[in-house]
Amino acid sequence: MMKAWFKSGSPWIWMTAGAVSLNLILVVGLLLLIAVRGLGHFWPADIIEYRYQDRDGPESAIIGEAVATSLLPAAQARAAGHELLDNGEYLVQHLVKTGNRDILGSDFRWIQQQYIHGQSTPDDLIMVERREWGNFYGRLLAVKEDGAVIAQGEQAWQVAQQKLATVLNQHDEIDSLQDHEVGAINYELERLRLKQRGLELKNAWNEAAKQEFAAQKQTYEKQYQVIQQQIGKLSKESKRYSLVVAEAGNKEITLPLNRVVKLTRPNTMSVLDKCIEYVGNFATFVSDEPREANTEGGIFPAIFGTVLMVMLMAVVVTPFGVIAAVYLREYAKQGFITRVIRIAVNNLAGVPSIVYGVFGLGFFVYIIGGNIDRLFFPEAAPAPVFGTPGLLWASLTLALMTLPVVIVATEEGLSRIPKSIREGSLALGATKAETLWRTVLPMASPAIMTGLILAVARAAGEVAPLMLVGVVKLAPTLPLDGNFPYLHLDRKFMHLGFHIYDVGFQSPNVEAARPLVYATSLLLVMVIIGLNMFAISIRNNLREKYRALEN
Amino acid sequence: MTEAHPTQAKATLFQTATSDRYQRWRLVKDKMVARGVVAGGLSIILAVVLIFFYLLYVVFPILLPSHAEAVGRYDVPEQALGNTVFLSMEEQNEVAVRFTDTGKAIFFSVTTGQPIRVDALPIPENAQITSYAHGGVDKGVIAFGLSDGRAVVVKHDYKLSYPNGKRAITPAIQYPLGAEPLVVDKQGQALTKLAVKLGDKNSTLLAKTADNRMVLSSLSKKESLFDDEGSWEATDSVIEMAAEDVDFILLDKELRNLYLASRSGDLTVVDILDKSKPEIKHKLNVLNQGVQISSMEFLNGDISLLIGDTSGVMAQWSMVRDQQNHFSIEKLRAFKVSDAPIITINPEQRRKGMLAADANGEIGIYSSTAERELIKEKIAGGKPVSVTLSPRANAMLLQTEDGKINHWTIENEHPEVSWSSLWNKVWYESYPKPDYIWQSSAASNDFEPKMSLTPLVFGTLKASFYAMLMGVPLALFGAIYTGYFMAPSVRQYVKPGVEIMGALPTVILGFLAGLWLAPFVEANLTGIFALLMIVPLSVMVFAYFWQFLPEQARHKIPDGWDAVVLIPVVIFGAWLSFQLSPSIEALCFNGDLRTWMREEFGIGYDQRNTLVVGLAMGFAVIPMIFSIAEDAIFSVPKHLTTGSLALGATPWQTMTKVVLLTASPGIFSAIMIGFGRAVGETMIVLMATGNTAVMDLSIFQGLRTLSANIAVEMPESEVNSTHYRVLFLAALVLFMFTFVVNTLAEVIRQNLRQKYSSL
Repeated sequence: MMKAWFKSGSPWIWMTAGAVSLNLILVVGLLLLIAVRGLGHFWPADIIEYRYQDRDGPESAIIGEAVATSLLPAAQARAAGHELLDNGEYLVQHLVKTGNRDILGSDFRWIQQQYIHGQSTPDDLIMVERREWGNFYGRLLAVKEDGAVIAQGEQAWQVAQQKLATVLNQHDEIDSLQDHEVGAINYELERLRLKQRGLELKNAWNEAAKQEFAAQKQTYEKQYQVIQQQIGKLSKESKRYSLVVAEAGNKEITLPLNRVVKLTRPNTMSVLDKCIEYVGNFATFVSDEPREANTEGGIFPAIFGTVLMVMLMAVVVTPFGVIAAVYLREYAKQGFITRVIRIAVNNLAGVPSIVYGVFGLGFFVYIIGGNIDRLFFPEAAPAPVFGTPGLLWASLTLALMTLPVVIVATEEGLSRIPKSIREGSLALGATKAETLWRTVLPMASPAIMTGLILAVARAAGEVAPLMLVGVVKLAPTLPLDGNFPYLHLDRKFMHLGFHIYDVGFQSPNVEAARPLVYATSLLLVMVIIGLNMFAISIRNNLREKYRALEN
Repeated sequence: MTEAHPTQAKATLFQTATSDRYQRWRLVKDKMVARGVVAGGLSIILAVVLIFFYLLYVVFPILLPSHAEAVGRYDVPEQALGNTVFLSMEEQNEVAVRFTDTGKAIFFSVTTGQPIRVDALPIPENAQITSYAHGGVDKGVIAFGLSDGRAVVVKHDYKLSYPNGKRAITPAIQYPLGAEPLVVDKQGQALTKLAVKLGDKNSTLLAKTADNRMVLSSLSKKESLFDDEGSWEATDSVIEMAAEDVDFILLDKELRNLYLASRSGDLTVVDILDKSKPEIKHKLNVLNQGVQISSMEFLNGDISLLIGDTSGVMAQWSMVRDQQNHFSIEKLRAFKVSDAPIITINPEQRRKGMLAADANGEIGIYSSTAERELIKEKIAGGKPVSVTLSPRANAMLLQTEDGKINHWTIENEHPEVSWSSLWNKVWYESYPKPDYIWQSSAASNDFEPKMSLTPLVFGTLKASFYAMLMGVPLALFGAIYTGYFMAPSVRQYVKPGVEIMGALPTVILGFLAGLWLAPFVEANLTGIFALLMIVPLSVMVFAYFWQFLPEQARHKIPDGWDAVVLIPVVIFGAWLSFQLSPSIEALCFNGDLRTWMREEFGIGYDQRNTLVVGLAMGFAVIPMIFSIAEDAIFSVPKHLTTGSLALGATPWQTMTKVVLLTASPGIFSAIMIGFGRAVGETMIVLMATGNTAVMDLSIFQGLRTLSANIAVEMPESEVNSTHYRVLFLAALVLFMFTFVVNTLAEVIRQNLRQKYSSL
């Protein structure tokens, strides 16, 4: 029976089916893993107060969010030097995010279930998101103004929220003054310096120019003074308030309110409140600047950098890819040359991305960029302008890398256009170019679009080459701003993929940053899968359309 | 608008006379477009060629031979002031100095030999110079031993200034230990041999006296509140040994090891860490019978000795520590310079290279790491008297016995790279034996770069091997089922579903592998291995019992939906493996697999190891292999399979005997392309391994691949340095490898396509 069954080959068919199932489980499992971990990051979790007593310590309180639970088999636990009180099969441990890094030294702590004497979620526990040192968990005692208590007890919460809103407003104002006004003045001053240097190089630096420049400089400096005063006033104002809080051990701590980003009491929130909070958290995440070496705050500059880089890349890659595909399908005689080109296209697709990075760094940055600097920016020397990794070179490198994607997709689109359409156009007297421009390309445009989307999806997720040609962990300014010439192709930029690598692997506090990395990953995955699905659906629609045309 | 259009068109058609120009313009435009499109198409080939040639262009200089060129020959400046004992040049190759046996320092122009300045060293009137020593060629320190047991230590130094925007170099003589001669031998005997090393805090002078004692004078700086310079305090000691035949003395810069050698080849190493109690550590003979030592110098870094002998061989000896922590002196390598005695050896100041000159005026420049001869030249003018390499090792001055100085320029940019240093085992300084090592940079100046690509290539192949081991079976089995057995309604979702896996950014896979999978695998190692057994087994068991299910139940599931049915089975199998793993561990491995492996087999466990990389990168290559192989299988002409089935073959027989055979070139090219992808993958290996360049076959150890190495080191490497070019070489290796793989795969695929269309 068994033998016959094996002989029929059906077990092997089942095995191949099993491989398909496993593949599907892997894909779905991976996406679920990212989704669950990434989405969990924004949920305002309850703050739990544990009463905890170690084997040798006194009973103490621990306040924090429960993050994870692990089961360690008894044998392994004993090997690691833990004792099991109840001789159970597993040692149960909880990872608690206790925050208060400035007091406790780290954000997280493992505690063992067997030592927990009790846990509760009192309403008065607060979570304070701070600009430095991560979160604070504890209780709010009072609010102070200029060192004098203005609210205590129940009142304190209301007052704290009100004052926080004002202080946050002031902070935003300071930020915007710093970034826009002061940034613009610095930028203009730098341009003035370069202009002066340029004139000096041309031996045109004379008295008239000197006076003119000095006058301009003075205006800028005056403006600067004014802004500086405004900033000083605001920051003095924002420093007036502070919170008095108590940590788990009931030690009183004073938190200046201008160091606080957010103040919440998750334990008092209803599910609806939490949902609103959740959406708000997500919005902040997407729109805010990063803080504390990227491990907290938002990822806006990374999103912005990725999008801008990908858009520039699309501008470059589309014409080249389309022309190459048109050549292969419409102009070339199928023969040796087309075979060689196809091999070249496949090689472009198969060359490791890091090799593109190396090529981009050596060829684009050092050779082309270096020569541009020598020819057009002699006044900036020895500081490089284009002779250093930056946005332009990153997009060009990725354009080269994604070229095959556009070519292959466009070619497929062109091959699906029925011959009769071209022949019809030619028979009516149109030239080949006109046929191409008026009928073939418009019909192939969804295919071109597909290729472009796939290329964008590929480029958005690529990191290795970018590490060499222009991505940095923290860019001081966005590559697009209000200063002439608005789009700064020479600037370095931030990128979502690199952000994941950097925060996940290079940051000093990986454990604390991990939820943020999951959230960033989720965003990136959603964008890329979304783009891919979109491309696939366009392609399928296209196929249907041409099938109808052919009949 | 659309209705108005036809009339307009009609008008243009009939205005033939005026549209003559327009027609010509149309034709011109047509031609221009055709030209542009052709150029655009061909530029794709250009792009590939450009990448290749650009990489080659950067790599090429390390393949170029070095050469030296004579640029000047002039009389020794101020010849009357004595014979040269030491020559040296400054950084810019403009000013050189010659120290004479009469205690003069003569600075002169490198290009013309014109004296710039002459300094007389403060030699006491009643004493003669009896010996001299330099304190390292890069330090500029010279010491003269005197007939009254004292010594003078001087330093030549150069100041750069830019008066009127032009560079001016001002030489000067300094006295780092004070201008007053130092008493080295308290008994006042003449110092016949001398060695000196200067440090910030401690300095040591060592001398052999005329009555054959070895005296050691160690000076330590006393910080003084009132005196900025501080003063030096001397501790004297005597090394108890027979010193009659000590002819060469070298002292390393750590002021720890003292090397004494006799002409007959007896080398003694003395540990002088405790300056008051020197201890003889090693004694050995370094030469063959009938040969004598003719010169001895340190290689840059003071770790290796370069010993030149009368048979024209220069050997590198170094202190080596073996696994038991025993030190011994070993000969790392030897260079045959010529047949004449080697008179002088001059180490490069910043690299592990050296210049050796023999009695006939033949010079050779060598690199110790690359173990090769770079330059061999014959200098006119007879026996060399003194020779020096410039600090950047791009020029040389050599004085010959006929009283001339030869000025040569040297072009020797990348001496440390050779075929053997890139791919073979190299015996590096302070290593117990020759080995493959990648360690490209360190903070110190005298670091020996270890640039062996072998461990990186090994790591690359190891990582891709395990990735393929995981990816190929899953992808191919999946492709077989999806391409041939699966119902079309399921296939239209499954195929894009798996392909979307390929769109996942590798940085995310790498991040998950490093931060989620690695700890997970570490905690559930047994479960992972149990998975390999239990999941296929549970599928088999399910399949076996499936046929006993009542017909009706079975027919509820349409043909080609097996994969969907199996999803819960696979999940159950996986769950079961992890549930069983503690019991398996308790039963077979004393409770903990990792401890058991370490204790039983000595297998260590790295958290970010090859297993993790294999799993993550296997996942990354699945979609690519799956997609191409599935295409190949799916496009096998239907009449072949139906024919086979009609002749009575079972579906599985048809699969293996007809479909797989026909599609095999496509499957092969799928595997090749997957392999190419695994070899070049960067982010996953970068994040999922510890990036240690070890050559270890164990699956539980980390590795470093070519691509990750480039990603890690390229941003820090100095443009056009040897390191930079070697990284480009690594990129070129990757490029060529994937080029071969992809070209092969594409040619096979093109042929397959033609075959199908003819079928």
